[in-house]
Amino acid sequence: MTTQWLYLICGGLLLSSVMVLWRRELSAIVRLLVLQGVLLGGLAGVLAVRLDSVELGVVAVGVLALKAFVVPSILRRVLRDSGEARETEPLTNVTASIVAAAFLTLLAYAASRPLVRLSPSAETHAVPVGLAMVLIGFFVLVTRRRALSQIVGFLLLDNGIATTAFLITGGVPGIVELAVSLDVLLVVLVLQVLTARLRTTFGGTDIDELRELRD
Amino acid sequence: MSVVGVVVQVVLLVVLAPYLVGLMRQVRARMEGRAGAGFGQPWRDLRKQFRKEPITPAGSSWVFAAAPAVLVATTLVIATVAPFVATVSPLDGIADLFAVVALLLLGTVALALAGLDTGTAFGGMGASREITVAALAEPTILLAGFALSARVGTTNLAAIVERGQQAPGDVLSPASLLAAVALAVVVIAEAGRLPVDNPSTHLELTMIHEAMVLEYAGRDLALVEFASALRLTVLLGLWSSLFLPWGVATSASPVALLIGVVAFVAKVAVLGAVLAAGEVFMAKLRLFRVPELLAGSFLFGLLAVSSSFFLA
Repeated sequence: MTTQWLYLICGGLLLSSVMVLWRRELSAIVRLLVLQGVLLGGLAGVLAVRLDSVELGVVAVGVLALKAFVVPSILRRVLRDSGEARETEPLTNVTASIVAAAFLTLLAYAASRPLVRLSPSAETHAVPVGLAMVLIGFFVLVTRRRALSQIVGFLLLDNGIATTAFLITGGVPGIVELAVSLDVLLVVLVLQVLTARLRTTFGGTDIDELRELRD
Repeated sequence: MSVVGVVVQVVLLVVLAPYLVGLMRQVRARMEGRAGAGFGQPWRDLRKQFRKEPITPAGSSWVFAAAPAVLVATTLVIATVAPFVATVSPLDGIADLFAVVALLLLGTVALALAGLDTGTAFGGMGASREITVAALAEPTILLAGFALSARVGTTNLAAIVERGQQAPGDVLSPASLLAAVALAVVVIAEAGRLPVDNPSTHLELTMIHEAMVLEYAGRDLALVEFASALRLTVLLGLWSSLFLPWGVATSASPVALLIGVVAFVAKVAVLGAVLAAGEVFMAKLRLFRVPELLAGSFLFGLLAVSSSFFLA
């Protein structure tokens, strides 16, 4: 029964990362990130039940609080201040991004086959999902131009890494997870400040405007 | 004995199809604050049109005259073989997912050829748009079909439905859910509903299906309208049988058949009402955004196939 839930959550994680490429409104993308945070917390929770580990349960609550509440609320504030409702022109159009995501998923599956073969179990079978999330996160980072979309890409990347770590190691030690989570929070805060500075200097957060360094 | 099930199923679908369209129009009307024409209006329209003489435009060939018959015939074959009410059927060997898809496409192509045959600007435009949508939807159907049949090991529809009944947990698996979303988009596109096509408009900017059938009149028009109602019912029924397989009779006993009929009517009515309610809150997509939507559903299909391999 827990296997079923594990797979269902992994399917949801994959779906939410792909939907980020599909939607144009930034507020919808932030909602998808909330969903992904909830699913990631759920993944840790299911693993805690499977492995009967209290520590992992605590990690699950921490992940849930950070990824489903704290980080999205910071993003929402950035969004409200910036007044940019949508990603106007990503470098590749939506259809091309979607097809690219399909190929990235297949690539993740191909690349992780040796890993799965090392120790076949329900968790390792789901590892391609984590890798696909990492690749899609990279793709968003590379092809989007608004600073906020790039933060989203970074968060997708981080969620992918967290998913892979949970699935491969059966739950990282709580202290490591705590350190990583704090790092992510710090990065998002720094990026928020950076975005605000960008906007006051240039009037927008289009990264392509940053052509040269000035003092 | 199982022949009874097939006969019941065909009669049920033929009688039900126009009522389903009536129900959907009624739901829309009520939600938009209108009184609506009632459930029976499509049947009354059909009866009136069946009595009228068909008029074919000058210069059109037998393609134009044959298309409504081909459309109705292919849809009736699907209504006969697919497991909507009962999985036991003497025609079980033909009830193949890919055969059903091919039959659907055959009807679409027949109508598109008829649209081209009239030589009018609207007919050609509608045909080219319809074929574009069909060509984009086809890979998704095939992929979602692979995802569903990989689990069962056969593309036989009855086997897929029976497997879904025996292992209800499988319906919640990621592969099945992704395939459900992918096929839902395809059903909407193939049935010509919002947001891909608007069945209640006659604006040249938005027409797809309506543009092809503008030249039909009388009995032929009634056949086309009836076929599109039957197609909608078949598509919704197929979707509900694949992803909500409960209630479909697995034996030919009268009680099981009765349950099958009631379950089928309930499922299709609910799906139709949900679709109509969704349409009230939705606008039609620009034609250039439609490939985006269908590419998204293609991706869902692909993810369904890949996750049916890497997530058991």
